Amino acid sequence: MQFTFLLEQVVNGLVLGGYYLLIALGLSLIFSVGGVVNLAHGAFYALGAYISITIGKYLGFGPAAVLSPISVAMLGILFERFLLRRFYAADPILSLLVTFGLAMIAEQLIRIVWGSAPLSVNMPASFKGSVILGDFLFSRYRLFLLAVVIAVLASIWLLLHKASFGHVVRAGIQKPDMVAALGIRLQPYMTAIVMLGVGMAALGGALFAPITIVHPAMGAEVITVAFVVVVIGGLGSFWGVVISALLVGVVRGITIHFIPAAGEASMYVLMFLVLLFRPRGLLGERIEKFET
Amino acid sequence: MTSHNRRNVLKTGAAFAGASVIGFPAIVHAQANKIKIGHLTPLTGFLGALGAYAQLGIRMAQEEINSAGGVMGRPLDIMSEDSVNPATAATKAQRMLDQDGAAFLMGEINSASAVTIMQVAARNKRFFLQIGARSDALRGKQCNRYTFHVDIPSHVMVYAVGKALVRDNMMKGKKFYTLTADYIFGHDLGSAAKQFFSENGGTVIGDELVATDVTEFSPYLLKIRQANPDVVCSNLAGNQVTNLIKQYAEFGLPYPIVGFNLNTADAWAAGEGNLSGTWPTVWYHTLDVPSSKTFVANFIKKYGKPPENHAWIEYVSLKMMAQAITETKSTDTEKLIAYFESEAKFDILKARQGYFRKWDHQLMQEAYPFTVKAKGKAKDQWDQLELGAAVPAANESLEVLSVQKEQNTCVL
Repeated sequence: MQFTFLLEQVVNGLVLGGYYLLIALGLSLIFSVGGVVNLAHGAFYALGAYISITIGKYLGFGPAAVLSPISVAMLGILFERFLLRRFYAADPILSLLVTFGLAMIAEQLIRIVWGSAPLSVNMPASFKGSVILGDFLFSRYRLFLLAVVIAVLASIWLLLHKASFGHVVRAGIQKPDMVAALGIRLQPYMTAIVMLGVGMAALGGALFAPITIVHPAMGAEVITVAFVVVVIGGLGSFWGVVISALLVGVVRGITIHFIPAAGEASMYVLMFLVLLFRPRGLLGERIEKFET
Repeated sequence: MTSHNRRNVLKTGAAFAGASVIGFPAIVHAQANKIKIGHLTPLTGFLGALGAYAQLGIRMAQEEINSAGGVMGRPLDIMSEDSVNPATAATKAQRMLDQDGAAFLMGEINSASAVTIMQVAARNKRFFLQIGARSDALRGKQCNRYTFHVDIPSHVMVYAVGKALVRDNMMKGKKFYTLTADYIFGHDLGSAAKQFFSENGGTVIGDELVATDVTEFSPYLLKIRQANPDVVCSNLAGNQVTNLIKQYAEFGLPYPIVGFNLNTADAWAAGEGNLSGTWPTVWYHTLDVPSSKTFVANFIKKYGKPPENHAWIEYVSLKMMAQAITETKSTDTEKLIAYFESEAKFDILKARQGYFRKWDHQLMQEAYPFTVKAKGKAKDQWDQLELGAAVPAANESLEVLSVQKEQNTCVL
């Protein structure tokens, strides 16, 4: 019986990991391709949630979940064009500072536009309730979330590995100078990657809004988890982020099963251990400085 | 030599006298003008939504008082800031007393921050009206004579809900699974709850400590299902209660859920159809008392939404301070303490007046259990809750819910 309980936590952790993945993948892509640390990623997540609530009032949950990421992706284009572009060739710390400032501005803007009281949105009634598969309890809504995440993941993988778009992007990650020498402009690809990244974060926000509180500081809460996931997985690796997100979710579930009070600390301990033994992250690229 | 010295002394003395004659009226004039009040409340973090309402409430009271001529003819100047966390709260409180010229301190909702501000007040021998923090320890072991407490303490909240549970046959012989916030308030509430359970025949089959930054409760919900209790009980605070309720409704677990702490902003944020069970409140905007209804109407006219219980409590708190200053004709700490300790009566917009108990400085007032209105009965997004009858009942002493002197560890 105990083992079944533990297994249930593991499976639930996988589902939660899928949600972390949605947000961390965008962050990882933006860093891998552009070399910029996007601390404003949480702000796009929050905007995704808030915009989906506003759209949802008029059009309902479904259209809101689709239109909100698209509108945030449009904002992402402006963000890339006017802000991020200046920092590709600069010291990563500069992009960190500028996006940090942007995150704070975004939070206050949200406070001004939507107020500081938390907003609530409900999922469609058909999604409520749980499903029991064998001995395991799943929330119907989270199974739906998992399906969306798998679909998004599959599309991104296909895009990066089977489409010519992906070939250029992956070449740009490894050898940007050669790509330029071949006469291919990387700029539009970068814009597309930023669009995809922030769009995914916004999708995460829109999908998670019905089961969490939507408040101005929600971006700051999620950026920490996203960063830990990206660092554990290793920068520049698609599968690294996937494995890391699932691992973080599972480890959290297992920790809460045995030592509930340590639940939130578990991912930091995990990061500490991973970096201690493998500074590049699980599947990241080798960093010359830290490994002999 | 002597005459030289004396001349210098006379010169500097005259200069000093001249400067003070020029300066003194200005200083006296500035003091006679405003009464500065240092106000701290959490505007960020899991209690941030409540702090926002708190500021609205106290500002409305400030405007009403000032437009009626102020207190003793002087306008009130409230310097309100985000307390952020216990350490920052203490730093800001100290700065408000030292540099900003605050006559006394008011506010706070976070019990941990309230403790540090209380320590600042005691160290500096200045008055602190602690408004919204509910931990029993503040009125118990950690009490000091410079602090007075307005909001109902943990054990009163447990009692308000507990009595309703006993009445509804949800206590005796039932198995409870509790989730407790892992900080001073949660621990206090948890132990008060455990004591009530053991005195009334309930059993606790599981108790989880939840860190205050947990937003995702699915692992805990799985553990609850694995334990299979009769009733799920929440000892959480702020928006954690909202998150728990939303996710509890998402999973659709079959056990009834009750809680010993809830603020109306957190209840509204849970969304229609998600909240269920019995919960306590110190005040609600549908309270059927004429003065309360007037306050609610004015608040809605000013801010476009009904007041939450923290807006109400900050409003009446400023009014109580104004009454105290008027009656004692000063802002002197000792005179204010003596006035409140005289168990003077205050109109707190409820059916019965409140007063501060002399030996633990706790405001004695009514509390209410509430349940959730049936779906479709709510008139608007704020009308979800059905207020129960006040506790204590009208014929009982206001002190019947509160801990008695023999049991309390407070030494003033």
